[in-house]
Formats: sequence, C-alpha cells, structure tokens
Amino acid sequence: MIDVVAQYRLEIQIEDDIVIVRRKARQLAQARKLDPFATAAITTAVSELTRNVLVHAGGGSVVLEEISDGERYGVRATFEDHGPGIANLELALAGGHSTSKTMGLGLSGSKRLADRFEVKTEKGVGTTVRIEKWQGL
Amino acid sequence: MIGTVPILKIGRTLLVSIQIELSDAVAEGMQNDVLAALERTNAKGIVVDISGFDTVDTYVARILAETAKMAKLMGARSVLVGMRPEVAATLVRMGYTMDDVQFALNLDEGLALLGHVIPR
Ligand SMILES: Nc1ncnc2c1ncn2[C@@H]1O[C@H](COP(=O)(O)OP(=O)(O)O)[C@@H](O)[C@H]1O
Ligand SMILES: [Mg+2]
Repeated sequence: MIDVVAQYRLEIQIEDDIVIVRRKARQLAQARKLDPFATAAITTAVSELTRNVLVHAGGGSVVLEEISDGERYGVRATFEDHGPGIANLELALAGGHSTSKTMGLGLSGSKRLADRFEVKTEKGVGTTVRIEKWQGL
Repeated sequence: MIGTVPILKIGRTLLVSIQIELSDAVAEGMQNDVLAALERTNAKGIVVDISGFDTVDTYVARILAETAKMAKLMGARSVLVGMRPEVAATLVRMGYTMDDVQFALNLDEGLALLGHVIPR
C-alpha cells in the first residue's frame, strides 16, 4: 500500500513552467531525504517529461506527490496531456528516436532514472506518464 | 535572455561560470553570448564552470555540447569543468554522451588543459 502524504498539481503551459515544476520536484525529493543521486534522477526525469508535455502535446499538467510505503518515502510525478499521443511508443521508449530533431533520450532516459515508470497513450486522446523515485534502503 | 550569464576573460581564455538555475531561454542566451564574446575577444579557449548545476537535462546538455562545437568551428577549444557526481551519473544513466566535449574536474584543471600555467 502506498500512501500519498502530500499532493501538488501544477500546470504546464509555458517554458517557464519547466523550471517551476523541476524546482518543486527537487524540493520534495530533498524534503523526503532522497540522496543526491536519487534527487538528481527524479529532478532530471521530471524536467524531461515536463518539456515533452509542452513540446509534443502543447501543454498539460503534472501532479507531484510525496508518497510513503510505511518504511520509506518517495516522490511520484504523474504527467497528463491531451495532445496527439505517442505514435510509436516502442520506438519512443527505445531511445534515440525523436519526432522533433532533438535527442530522443527524454522518455527512455526517464524510464531508466525512475524506480517505477508507466506510460499510457492513445492516438488523438493524450498521454499519461507516471514515475516514482524512492529513498534508498 | 542575453547577458544573464557572466563571461570573464583571462588571457586568451573565456571563463563562463553559470551559478543560476538555467531556464531554456537563459541557456540559449548563454550560447549566443559566448559566441559573441569569442568573436569580440579573439579568445582561443573557453572554460565553462557547471559546478553550480544540480540538474542537467538533455536540453541543457545539448546546448552545452552545441556551444562547444560552434566554438570549435570558430577556432576555440572548450572545456566543461566541475560537473557534479550526481549530474554525471544521471547523464550516463540516460544514455547521453558528449563525445565532442572535453571535461575537467575543476577550474584549475580546466585552465591547465587549455595551457594556462597555474601556480600550485
Ligand atoms: N507527451 C507526449 N505527447 C506526444 N508525443 C510524445 C510525448 N512525449 C514524447 N512523445 C514522443 O516520443 C518521442 C521521444 O520523446 P523523448 O525521448 O523525450 O525525445 P525528444 O523529446 O527529444 O523528441 C518524441 O519525439 C515524441 O514523438
Ligand atoms: Mg523529450
């Protein structure tokens, strides 16, 4: 069972929101005593996924949560947009494939950085990406 | 967002020290500023101190790598110095490589790499 200790919903509409969302994620990770490596991992993944919402879906929102399993704390980020959906999820997750001439490492990299990673996407409906990062044992 | 990142000149080297949270606009402004300063000063090397960065995502990494490549086309060598351990670990974990860029542990090492003699 995972308890949600605190929850924050942030809009992703303009470029400045990337910094705001990233900063909030870092603040939660530090408050919940994730180590510097885990903190950098979740902050970077959040930065990538926030930019994806903005660039590929034209905007959306994220819910940042402080979570606990009774023994440890963690940070969870759930991104939601109503953009075009990810046309080829397999390719997008393989890494190195971008539809906008950028690195194509944001989605695959976030998956590697997170302890848990889930993505749901539907053409013409939108995309939801959820990641978690936990304190070390 | 031009002019938000200070650029200093030491001999024939430009020193760029970024101590603020880098938004996308500031990152692009930094790139333009560095290239303009290069042209203006005829510098032969650039040291970019990123020890103030607690997060480097692929966007910022790309701007840094591109800046180094552009500087190279203009005849200057670039060294990125002071990357924090957790930032290095994160970039590697993501599969990001910066093959065209030189790195050094700190400012002293970076300047030495560009041929500055640093008294110990
Ligand atoms: N929220 C999203 N909505 C629609 N497409 C997306 C979304 N996020 C990622 N994608 C697609 O997945 C690809 C890979 O994403 P990513 O790995 O972050 O690389 P990049 O952003 O550099 O293109 C993108 O090029 C885009 O086609
Ligand atoms: Mg991306």
